[in-house]
Amino acid sequence: MNQYLWIQNGLVIDPDNNREAVGEIFAKDGLIVKDLTDEEKDKATIYDAKNLVVAPGLVDIHVHFREPGQTHKEDIASGSRAAAAGGFTSVVCMPNTNPVCDSVGTLERIKASIEKESVIHIYTTGCLTIGMKGEQLCPTGQLKGAGVVALTDDGLCVQNNEIMRRAVEYATLHKLPIMDHCQDVSLTKDAVMNEGEVSLKLGLKGWPRAAEDIIVARNIILSELTGAHIHMQHVSSYHSVELLRNAKARGIPVTGEASPHHIEFTDECIGDYNTLFKMNPPLRTNKDRLALIEGLKDGTIDCIATDHAPHSNTEKDCEFDKAPFGIIGLENALASTLGTLFHNKELSLKEVIALMTHKGAEICNLPAGNLSIGARADICIFDPNKKWIVNGDDFKSKSRNCPWIGRTLRGQVKATYVEGKEVYRLRV
Amino acid sequence: MSDAISWKKQNLISIEHLSVTEINTIFSLARAYKKATDSGQSKFNALEGKTVVNLFLEPSTRTRLAFEIASKRLSADSITISGVASSLSKGESLKDTAHNIVALGADIIIMRHSSSGSSEYLSRTIKTPIINAGDGSHAHPTQALLDAFTLMERLGDVKKKKVTILGDILFSRVARSNIHCLQKLGAHVTLAGPNTLVPKAFEAMGVRVSHNLKEALEDADAIMLLRIQHERQTSTHFPSISEYKTSFGLNERRAHWIKPNAIIMHPGPINRGVEIDSKLADSANSVILEQVKNGVFVRMAILHLCHSAYNKCKIKLPK
Repeated sequence: MNQYLWIQNGLVIDPDNNREAVGEIFAKDGLIVKDLTDEEKDKATIYDAKNLVVAPGLVDIHVHFREPGQTHKEDIASGSRAAAAGGFTSVVCMPNTNPVCDSVGTLERIKASIEKESVIHIYTTGCLTIGMKGEQLCPTGQLKGAGVVALTDDGLCVQNNEIMRRAVEYATLHKLPIMDHCQDVSLTKDAVMNEGEVSLKLGLKGWPRAAEDIIVARNIILSELTGAHIHMQHVSSYHSVELLRNAKARGIPVTGEASPHHIEFTDECIGDYNTLFKMNPPLRTNKDRLALIEGLKDGTIDCIATDHAPHSNTEKDCEFDKAPFGIIGLENALASTLGTLFHNKELSLKEVIALMTHKGAEICNLPAGNLSIGARADICIFDPNKKWIVNGDDFKSKSRNCPWIGRTLRGQVKATYVEGKEVYRLRV
Repeated sequence: MSDAISWKKQNLISIEHLSVTEINTIFSLARAYKKATDSGQSKFNALEGKTVVNLFLEPSTRTRLAFEIASKRLSADSITISGVASSLSKGESLKDTAHNIVALGADIIIMRHSSSGSSEYLSRTIKTPIINAGDGSHAHPTQALLDAFTLMERLGDVKKKKVTILGDILFSRVARSNIHCLQKLGAHVTLAGPNTLVPKAFEAMGVRVSHNLKEALEDADAIMLLRIQHERQTSTHFPSISEYKTSFGLNERRAHWIKPNAIIMHPGPINRGVEIDSKLADSANSVILEQVKNGVFVRMAILHLCHSAYNKCKIKLPK
């Protein structure tokens, strides 16, 4: 039986197609269509989106769903529902599961779970090196054949330049982007927060920008050498933004992402050792924050990605230096990003949606991020102005390590559709 | 001295939380305990029937002993738990360990811990008074208080006095607490030592940072020396101990730069012949052992005050 969806009266914003007007969206059997026949319209599910924005389903190219191995923090079922609640319809999972995703066997196990449990489109990545040890290349071709969209040793940046050079060079053969968590670990031993005035005051070991900048610079050099597409994950340092800007001006195929927390918060937020503000790379200073926003405005930074990193309350409830790095953000990412960029008048609504849809999709070559005719009917409907208080009890995620809990944000997801089917609806 | 002592804080986590009035209240009570002790009294009853637990998860001699003696002089039962002997080495969390200590009936917990912020963290999870005896590189408030107390005994007042802290500032909780305490009391603080251990960014705390030893020493009314903390240096911040000694050790040659009556302080433990020559450590300028002695009285005052705030009882001066 055919399925029809008819979204009426909404402000349709589809940046990839340069569309921004009140109008209608039709879907038939999971795909966007130009129109429905009168007979089909009679059978269609109708959503009245009056005063709401109808956007492509959001895309997040950096999430951790912890399956297999750490499913007490998150799994594919809970992670995909958290994503849907945040308006995300396509996400890219990092391979730092347990075991790590460095073989087709593990990948098939993850894919089977996605097939069974996920309510959204989940894309996978493979490790760059076996065991994420930075020593031996993963079977790139096999992983690509089994469906990964990128390679990364996320969290354990490859330190050896020869290994990195060969890994990125070989990946070009298979047309896979490399996503890199840029961190020179020799500069960050035992580091738990940004190195600066705040770390000095708190007596915490600092993680200097230089550790990121050095690897960003290395990656730019290797990208130029090999032609490989290297994507810099969660850029946090103002200097790295400058390096990327310069590299892009020279035509080097590098890209970058910024996270909602790095553009909103600074290291001052740690206050009295609040572990909900501990992540890697760390929150930095206002200078860095503003540089990231500038980078997003001029295209130096390509997209927003959450680095959704679930940890249990028990794991985060401890001494600051012993707490794991990372926070979750899928369920409030749209609202917090709208707050930082749109409501603060840095970017237009359309530009923010672009950063959270097709821009990220293009980095990983995903068939997602727009409302083109014939595209999957992945849709996010939201009220850009609605104020709400983030309540951890409402989260679909298994974890609550979210610094926005208790904060009032502006911009609320009302409904999410994946291939024309409703996967989330805000209950009031 | 007035009989009515007002004190509202049940925890001592950091000097930053204290007002100047509160610092002076601690000093008044410490002075009273010192006077009474010097007149021959050895026992006081402020903590009679109470249990003080020293949760020392990092090595300590002076601080632990001073707290134990202070507790005993106040008639409390004092028990010390060390890191190796505690369940933390069996994987128990700090939070659970502390909850157990509370369940066992502790009235005050004194904690030393390698994690910066651990005392603050614990004070949010349990209601029993917490006294920070050193948390990572963050704070060592009782040390700073006894240092200021000792300085004031010598100088009368520290307002506008110049204090130079020399050595490993980066990893030093003593330095951080002293900066806050001395600044609150109106002193001017200079930090000195190699730039890798005394980064310029410390200036954000309102101090002068100098990498020129002569400049840092010559106008100082007091010089506080810190030891190189081998246990906290996770990477190489200077070439060697002998290089440190050559460039930054307070030796007899450099002693000519300092004012004749400048006070020499050290929180201990001293590495003789490294940060300070023996002769200077034992000279008339040195107040190192007075610091240790005063540490007991200052801690008696703090135990008394925090316990009284928690139990909402009146604070009577020792007789």
